[in-house]
Amino acid sequence: MARADADGSRSGKHLHGAALKRQHAREQWSVLSLVVPALIVIVLIILIPLSWLFYLSFLGDNGGFSLENYHKMTQYKSYYRIFVTTFQVSILTTLACIALGYPLAFFLAQLPPRWAGVFMLAVLLPFWTSLLVRTYAWLVLLQKRGILNEFAMQVGLWETPIKLVHNMTGTLIGMAHIMLPFLILPLYNAMRKIDKDMMHAAANLGANPINAFWRVYFPLSLPGMVAGSLIVFVLCLGFYVTPAVLGGGRVIMVSNQITAILENQFDWGAASALGVVLLVATTFTLYLAARVFKFDAALFGRD
Amino acid sequence: MEIRTKLAAVVAASFAIGTAATAEPITVVSWGGSYGQAQDNALFNDASKNSGIEIIRESGASMSKACLQVESGAVTWDLVVTGSGGAAAAAAKGCLEKIDYSVVDVSDFYPNTYTDYCVGSDVFATVMAWNTDKYGAPGSDGAPNSWADFFNVEKFPGTRAYRANNVDGALEPALMADGVAPEDVYKVLATREGKERAINKIRELKPHIAVFWESGAMQAQLMKDGEVDMTTGWNGRFDNAKKDGATVGYTFNQALLDYDCFAMPKGAPNKDTAMAFLAEVSKAEYQANLPFHITYGPTNKKAYEVTTAPAELIRALPSHPDNVPFMVPVSLDWYAEHRAEALELYIEMLSE
Repeated sequence: MARADADGSRSGKHLHGAALKRQHAREQWSVLSLVVPALIVIVLIILIPLSWLFYLSFLGDNGGFSLENYHKMTQYKSYYRIFVTTFQVSILTTLACIALGYPLAFFLAQLPPRWAGVFMLAVLLPFWTSLLVRTYAWLVLLQKRGILNEFAMQVGLWETPIKLVHNMTGTLIGMAHIMLPFLILPLYNAMRKIDKDMMHAAANLGANPINAFWRVYFPLSLPGMVAGSLIVFVLCLGFYVTPAVLGGGRVIMVSNQITAILENQFDWGAASALGVVLLVATTFTLYLAARVFKFDAALFGRD
Repeated sequence: MEIRTKLAAVVAASFAIGTAATAEPITVVSWGGSYGQAQDNALFNDASKNSGIEIIRESGASMSKACLQVESGAVTWDLVVTGSGGAAAAAAKGCLEKIDYSVVDVSDFYPNTYTDYCVGSDVFATVMAWNTDKYGAPGSDGAPNSWADFFNVEKFPGTRAYRANNVDGALEPALMADGVAPEDVYKVLATREGKERAINKIRELKPHIAVFWESGAMQAQLMKDGEVDMTTGWNGRFDNAKKDGATVGYTFNQALLDYDCFAMPKGAPNKDTAMAFLAEVSKAEYQANLPFHITYGPTNKKAYEVTTAPAELIRALPSHPDNVPFMVPVSLDWYAEHRAEALELYIEMLSE
């Protein structure tokens, strides 16, 4: 509004109230029009398919409204276990990414920007490689006669091959590797923005380095960490390829079960119901986490 | 590959006389790996050339995708390769076009290798395969020879692999290992107790099952890498793994005899042309070439008469008259009725 006034008077034209109003409205519409493409995309590729998913999940075999798809999930314990596995894998992967990613991001943030860029390549290069290739690379490394086992046995670290893949261990190794950049990038960004003078000030006020880190640096880096962890956690929940290849059929996540139902029974209703439950469970978990950790600020940019 | 097929077809079409030459190209969808390649070399390329029907070859055949195309009214596939069980399930869902047997000639086919909705393309067997370095060559003294051996980890210590995410061919071996006669397997499996008996047998073996396989390519890879000592799987994949240097052998004893087939999604865009191509590709002369590329047997009996493949290759085919008596034919009726329940029980056991 103020901008419109300034523009109007600068152009030297005499503006009536009505004209001003019109211009204001036009401006609002033009601002609004900026989000139209995004809005169309969201409606087309998120809202419509999602509504269809909900609709399908409540469709019975006879074509009418029915809860049978949801009822089936309570009949077999496997569904409960599959959801537990899904959340377990996602939480453990997120924790592994934090444990690996935080020190690395901290290290990168301390380097002069040019060197940080060089080291960042180590994070980004794998990120640009196909996910499938990386997953199979882990299979080659970790399997019974894989490079790691052969090497360790030659050096004498262990005598019989250790089972590193086709189980939860292999799945977590692969997932943590694939998810790591999603944690590091936002975290590194947040760390770069932390004013170095803060740490100097803390030292000046008598805090030792450890104290200064935990009481000043860490809280300031938290929004970046929370944002990164959330991305990792949510991506993990719907992950398919890595658990399918590295889990050896033992780590059954929701997405694997959806595939099994579709491939074997062509049952879109049952598969949709699984998707809906996962979506609801995810939303609920995020809501709970937001309440507990108060990370609305990190999520929505509110202070 | 696609382009070459197309080119060949275009060249052939320009010489061919008749209505087929002017028809639209049809889309033929198969699986990846050594299977799709074998079909290209044995069946599709020559059938396309000789009939003048241009084909577009795609991979990633799946009855669930075919059904989705049908349900959403956007069918782009004309002929799709599928397992017999998948075709039966898709037909029950109303996703498939009826085969016109006035066009496709199956008079020389083995019985039970075609249905109203699909035409058999090859016969394969679900077998037990093992590392021959560890347990000896098939047929040698002390080598495993029955499903009871597969489930016996005291007599044959080592790791196993079994099917993941899919119950097809998973329960029958367990029952046979538990002492059920091959001819009674489907009778026992028709009851809930029978299914649970099979599942319990697999549950016992589970601590020794190192990997659950998801595909034929994975069966071959597991044996090539020596990741497991014994696995279930499809015979042709192991022969190809052996060609690649894997020390693997298998037996047809108590194996499950099954077939793959061609099905047509309901409302296929080029139904008539595709039916003509199906008729062409089902001829004995093409199926006769299959043994050169993968050890899956023909569904057309006459292929045995016209094939130029050497005797030992022929003898190794699952549908060879000498091998069939040892095997258990897969019951499509059982799968149509019990597959859904069996799958739930199987996944229940897997998720434990």
